[in-house]
Amino acid sequence: MLSASRENLTVRLGYILRRFLFLVFVMWTAATVLFLIPRMSRVNPIRERFNALARSTGYAPKDLESIIASYELKFGLDKPLPQQYVDYMASVLRGDLGVSLMSYPKPVAELIGEALPWTIGLLGVTTVLTFLIGTVIGALAGWPRSPKWIKGMVPPLMILAAIPPVILALLLVYFIGFRLKLLPMGGAFSAGLTKEFSLPFILDVLSHAILPAFSLILGSAGFWALGMRGMGITIQGEDYVNFAEHKGLKPGRIFYWYYVRNAILPQVTSLALAFGGIISAGVLVESVYGFPGIGSTLSAAILANDYFVIYGIGYITVVAVAVSMLVVDLLYPLLDPRIRYDRK
Amino acid sequence: MTSAVLQVSDLRVTYYTDSGRTRAVDGVNLTLYAGERLGLVGESGCGKSTMALALMRMIKPPGRIESGSAIVGDETDNVDMLKLNEEQVLQARLSRIAYIPQGAMNSLNPVMRIGVQMIDAIQAHRPKATKTEMREQAEAALESVELKRGVFHMYAHELSGGMKQRVCIAIGILLSPKVIIADEPTSALDVVVQRQVMETICKVQEKIGATVILIGHDMGLMCQITNRVAVMYAGKLVELSTVREMFTNPMHPYAKALIASLPNLDNKGVFRGIPGLAPSLLKLPSGCVFHPRCQYAMDVCKTTMPQQSVTKSGRYVYCHLYDKDGNQVSGTPLIKPEAVTN
Amino acid sequence: MAIALQSTIGGPSQRTLILRYLRRNKSLAVGLIILIFLLVFSIGGSFVVDTEKLAYPLAVAPLQPPGAEFPLGTDKDGRDLLAVMIRGILLTGAIGVIAGTIGIVVGVVLGFVAGYFGGPFDLVVRWVTEVLLTIPGLILLIIIAGTIVDKNQVSVLTMAAVTSVLAWVGPTRVVRAQVLTMKERTFVSIAKLSGMGNMEIIFKELMPNMLPFLVAAFVGQVMGAIYASFGLEILGLGPAREPTIGMTIRWATFHSAMFNQWWWWLLWPVLAMVLIFASLSLINVGLDEVANPRIRRTE
Repeated sequence: MLSASRENLTVRLGYILRRFLFLVFVMWTAATVLFLIPRMSRVNPIRERFNALARSTGYAPKDLESIIASYELKFGLDKPLPQQYVDYMASVLRGDLGVSLMSYPKPVAELIGEALPWTIGLLGVTTVLTFLIGTVIGALAGWPRSPKWIKGMVPPLMILAAIPPVILALLLVYFIGFRLKLLPMGGAFSAGLTKEFSLPFILDVLSHAILPAFSLILGSAGFWALGMRGMGITIQGEDYVNFAEHKGLKPGRIFYWYYVRNAILPQVTSLALAFGGIISAGVLVESVYGFPGIGSTLSAAILANDYFVIYGIGYITVVAVAVSMLVVDLLYPLLDPRIRYDRK
Repeated sequence: MTSAVLQVSDLRVTYYTDSGRTRAVDGVNLTLYAGERLGLVGESGCGKSTMALALMRMIKPPGRIESGSAIVGDETDNVDMLKLNEEQVLQARLSRIAYIPQGAMNSLNPVMRIGVQMIDAIQAHRPKATKTEMREQAEAALESVELKRGVFHMYAHELSGGMKQRVCIAIGILLSPKVIIADEPTSALDVVVQRQVMETICKVQEKIGATVILIGHDMGLMCQITNRVAVMYAGKLVELSTVREMFTNPMHPYAKALIASLPNLDNKGVFRGIPGLAPSLLKLPSGCVFHPRCQYAMDVCKTTMPQQSVTKSGRYVYCHLYDKDGNQVSGTPLIKPEAVTN
Repeated sequence: MAIALQSTIGGPSQRTLILRYLRRNKSLAVGLIILIFLLVFSIGGSFVVDTEKLAYPLAVAPLQPPGAEFPLGTDKDGRDLLAVMIRGILLTGAIGVIAGTIGIVVGVVLGFVAGYFGGPFDLVVRWVTEVLLTIPGLILLIIIAGTIVDKNQVSVLTMAAVTSVLAWVGPTRVVRAQVLTMKERTFVSIAKLSGMGNMEIIFKELMPNMLPFLVAAFVGQVMGAIYASFGLEILGLGPAREPTIGMTIRWATFHSAMFNQWWWWLLWPVLAMVLIFASLSLINVGLDEVANPRIRRTE
């Protein structure tokens, strides 16, 4: 017994260590790729930015080339490449992602820092809700004792899951926001309000968040429902569910402890793999609603040719996804006592 | 023999499939006494497992229990499993009649500790029991199947195949049921462990004074352990005898062929199969279901189903060779066992 | 595959068998019907309507609501939306098919080599695909499309090239996993014992068995590429000069079409997008049933 539990502990530690190493590797890869991309590209971000400014405002500095040269000096672009790489990595480690061009001289990290809480709030809540709603509906739809109407919910959810959340966002803005005027069409809070921690402000924020959240939930709950239903149908054929019935357990007890608890395991594994797609969908939906998260910041940065912000957001989202995956990976053994070494 | 603890009469189970109706269990009668061990044998698909599931009331659509009764318990305290409502069935399972599953390898929930799965079972039947009582009961059950009490805290993946099977047995006897059905409980285990597990089943059965129905293919293992043997063929119970009678003097031609097909020391290396194939349950032969493969088949066998014969010693046989008291009908060929060494 | 097998036995003609199968596999049937409708509309429409001219700016009077002259109306820049839809579905489909083809070809090669031969190459492929799964695909494509590609020179081919950067990841994983399981199966050992070479085994034994998976993976990648290109277009990184469905939605939202009551400008492309995604995902679900007959629906 004792040696078994010690062995178990080393297995567990090894597992955690592996996941951590993977996180570090992903972050290093992302940083390196973001270092290489601008240096591989023939496009000079600073020149592009000034060109765009010149096009939109008609202001074209005469000494453009010298301005560019001075910026390049400032960003250390005149140094040899290995030196640049070391400096770059050091600054990334310090959390320094450079300076925004569109809101110069604001640091990119600060710009992202302002937007990130909104995105984390929106995507965090919708992801949890979507996963729960979809999984519960799927579990019920796969359970033979469930009423017919629950099973009938799967096909419509499946069709909704096929439609990208952005499209749903456009439709919801038009019908609920514009036509019916039930909810605000965009932004995160009404123009007149100041940011404060009061009930009216919170309610206002919530009313603004409903449509973006709804677009994301409606567009992806079907994915989880389908997965859970398929797994649930498989689990019902398992011997341990049968044996539980032979034990004379109440259906409710079997439903949760024998059926849901086992069928949900692959769902959690897919959740870890879904974060990338969730961020992508979130970015697009945010830009449709002008929700002030990193999605809107990103789309503004694209319009303004603010490359440093684009890279910064790219890096932050990779880190966010990798960290979320790590959290799920570390929580997974709590749900499943058998530790799996490789994720499928 | 003491009082009867399981009386099955006229049990019929039908499966309604796309390709037609199949009678998986057809008019089975059976009486078992406390302390007795019955071996239930037959080819795959003959209805052994369906019968066991019917006794547990675990037949699911497209299957249906058409008729019959299955009275579990002695004269003073008994229930008819087939007449209980849903709530009562849940109560009767495990406490009156327990089932030890075939696939013990996967019969334990991988995400719950063994102890929790045992307490689950106790709690479902004795909601008032305290935590300590239930835990004591579970650990005692583990001990009685020769497992350490520590198994209570373990997960299924930490146990070997034999240990998992023992846990299933421990769960089966938790509430001292009157009837225990063990459905090929050793089929996935290696030979040494098989033997140990079987001995464990017998030991605990004697302790709680239950009757055991042991379902399986392995006649060798069966005859060492059980008192009586029932042979099923195409949904029908064709013969029920004591082990000794079955091996020395089988009455039904199918039972005889089955015994003869066993390898023994005298005809080492000679394999004697039963000619022909088991019939599809969808297209059963007319008359006696065994007649196309029976070397004693008479004209009457092709048209009329045989009736149950009961001998003075209490053997059942369904065959036109015998009258209703189990005496050989004169003029029919005599069934003699092939040399059987046991 | 099941269809091909049945037809060799004889009996009902192949056509009736396919129809009979489709009646059982409703997702596949409905998906194919929508796909055929989209193909007939866009390919057939190209012959009827002069899309080369009418689908581009300044061709017709701007902002005409649907009516006798313009059945689907016109947009602010003077495009005929009927022509835009016909051309848009073709172009959007082309982006998906090109990226999907590149993805599946690269995926088959990498997946087979990694899965069949193993070794350090397999290790590299495994790590790279695992890391790429972590990275949000759209963000990576935004960085590529937004900073490497010259925004003013984006064409439909650029879109296909950009989206194909990630289109190989899924197929590689599927093919590799399939090869790994098939390699252990008896028919491959028998082929090996009978003296077949590696290439012969790959092409004669493994490929035919993988066909349903490959088709499903292809459809999945087409869908993924259309979704990714749509995302880029919404954010303003699409081919500004081409009337793809995504660009049309982009222009409609850019000019606040719905708040200006020009509902038709947004409605048709949204409808087209919904039909494209519904068709592809229904086909995908249906193909999954062909590829894994064991998980066929239990109802």
